[in-house]
Amino acid sequence: MSKVAQLTKGILRENPIFVLVLGMCPTLATTSSAFNGMGMGLATTFVLLSSNVVISAIARFIPDKVRIPSYIVVIATFVTIVDLVMQAYATKLYESLGIFIPLIVVNCIVLGRAEAFANKNTIFDSLLDGLGMGIGFTFALTLLGSVREMLGNFSIFGLPIIPKEPFWLKEVFFHDPILVFVLAPGAFIALAYLIAIFNRFKK
Amino acid sequence: MEYLIIIIAAIFVNNVVLAQFLGICPFLGVSSKISTSAGMSGAVTFVMVLATIVTFLLQHYVLNPLGIGYMQTIVFILVIASLVQMVEIILKKLSPVLYQALGIFLPLITTNCAVLGVAILVIKKNFNLVEGVVYAAASAIGFGLALVVLAGIREHLDLANVPKGMKGAPIALLTAGILALAFMGFAGIVK
Amino acid sequence: MAKVESNFKNMTATLLVITLVASAALGLVYQSTMEPIDLAQQAKINNAIKAVLPEFDNQPGNEAYSVAVDGGELTFYLATKDGQPVGTAVKTFSNNGFAGLIELMVGFLPDGTINKVAVISHKETPGLGDKIEPQKSEFSVQFEGKSPENFKLLVKKDGGDVDAITASTITSRAYCDALARAYNELKKGGKQ
Repeated sequence: MSKVAQLTKGILRENPIFVLVLGMCPTLATTSSAFNGMGMGLATTFVLLSSNVVISAIARFIPDKVRIPSYIVVIATFVTIVDLVMQAYATKLYESLGIFIPLIVVNCIVLGRAEAFANKNTIFDSLLDGLGMGIGFTFALTLLGSVREMLGNFSIFGLPIIPKEPFWLKEVFFHDPILVFVLAPGAFIALAYLIAIFNRFKK
Repeated sequence: MEYLIIIIAAIFVNNVVLAQFLGICPFLGVSSKISTSAGMSGAVTFVMVLATIVTFLLQHYVLNPLGIGYMQTIVFILVIASLVQMVEIILKKLSPVLYQALGIFLPLITTNCAVLGVAILVIKKNFNLVEGVVYAAASAIGFGLALVVLAGIREHLDLANVPKGMKGAPIALLTAGILALAFMGFAGIVK
Repeated sequence: MAKVESNFKNMTATLLVITLVASAALGLVYQSTMEPIDLAQQAKINNAIKAVLPEFDNQPGNEAYSVAVDGGELTFYLATKDGQPVGTAVKTFSNNGFAGLIELMVGFLPDGTINKVAVISHKETPGLGDKIEPQKSEFSVQFEGKSPENFKLLVKKDGGDVDAITASTITSRAYCDALARAYNELKKGGKQ
């Protein structure tokens, strides 16, 4: 597999959300707005990238039977670093993502990549793999967050999308957004349709 | 009374799966049959309560006194992982019947974020030990309820003519969305 | 590349080394983020105080005191300019929100009228109850310049003077509850 393919496979062909359907909890929980979805995606990308690199570097020194606990320690360390750094420098985002920051540690994608890829490939390939998967994850979360924010709040990244003029357009057709999309049920419904659309175009 | 509020809030109002989005992977993964989903719920209840007790004691008697509360994530996940292994070994020895019922679900539970999530929430909400245990048990029941209901619906969906693109994950998510909509009706019944 | 054998000695040594390195790394990160985290927390409170009071030149955070009320805690921040009191910011709360705790920062002028109100934290429903946030609706504006002495802090449904948020009466009630709690304690405290 070429280096480019190594990087791009996570974005579309093996997209962790739309194709592999992994890591659903943060996907549904943190995408009530495009910004939150992207923040979660970037935090996960950092963990994915760093743990992939470290694990591929140390995998050969780790006895097989303690491999999983060792990987978990590595991943949990990076998660805690993200947790502390965000708490210090991105307080607002940290508060809206809440418990889902520490929960990156049980995101199946992270441990999944460590076990399925990083521990038997070179450091550079693992870096590309982690980066690609991270971008794919971030892309999916941002997309889902944008769709939900557009339908549920008539905005994207906090910017209103309905023009103020002409007056009747806003007052008659777009007076109230479809609130349910920023609430819990909307997360399930929006993701269901996004995956279905993805399935349709995959072939 | 206070406990009753915690229980109702955890099962219906803030259902772990449908309102808090914890434990979605097993929720989608093992919800195609009622019998397996009931087994999974049993195993989760067992581990969740046990994990909450152990992590609660660790947080309040080890991490906090030492001033290393920031080690929470790393300690909790290791505790849960080893707890699951231990439960598996002990069950195998003591109760082969129970092991047969729950055994295959145990390894899946380590990466069930509901277990770690509930353990962290108990600390965040400043519960005492009894409240924490009640909350964990109620959350597990809420998880089980959502899982069994979804499984019941999916068993019927097998007979329905689902559009091609919607087969598998999308239709399960859509069903879960409608369930979540129904559970929203419970909002506000306890303050 | 021969794999390391899984014997007891190797396994213990590996886990020991990994956990040691991990704890050392975390300790380091913790040390270096401790101060920024503290500052971020303080900045949040300070911004809320600035948002609800007229201009001041002291450090209200240093002249704060807390009172325990109804199972919670109210914190009073005294603001002065050129030594003259310009108002008191009160961090108040209500447990009666639709989704539990709501925390507000209320600015009172020395004569007891409400200057402005800011929301510190809440978990109300997005699009409905979250209209208590000043940037999301005009709800909080109706309190500005009113004195709870003659402006009854109850929603109109309950015989008060407050226009509730449509479809969010419970949230509006909790908001009034938090304001009333702050005002009552402020009067009792007799600090102005």
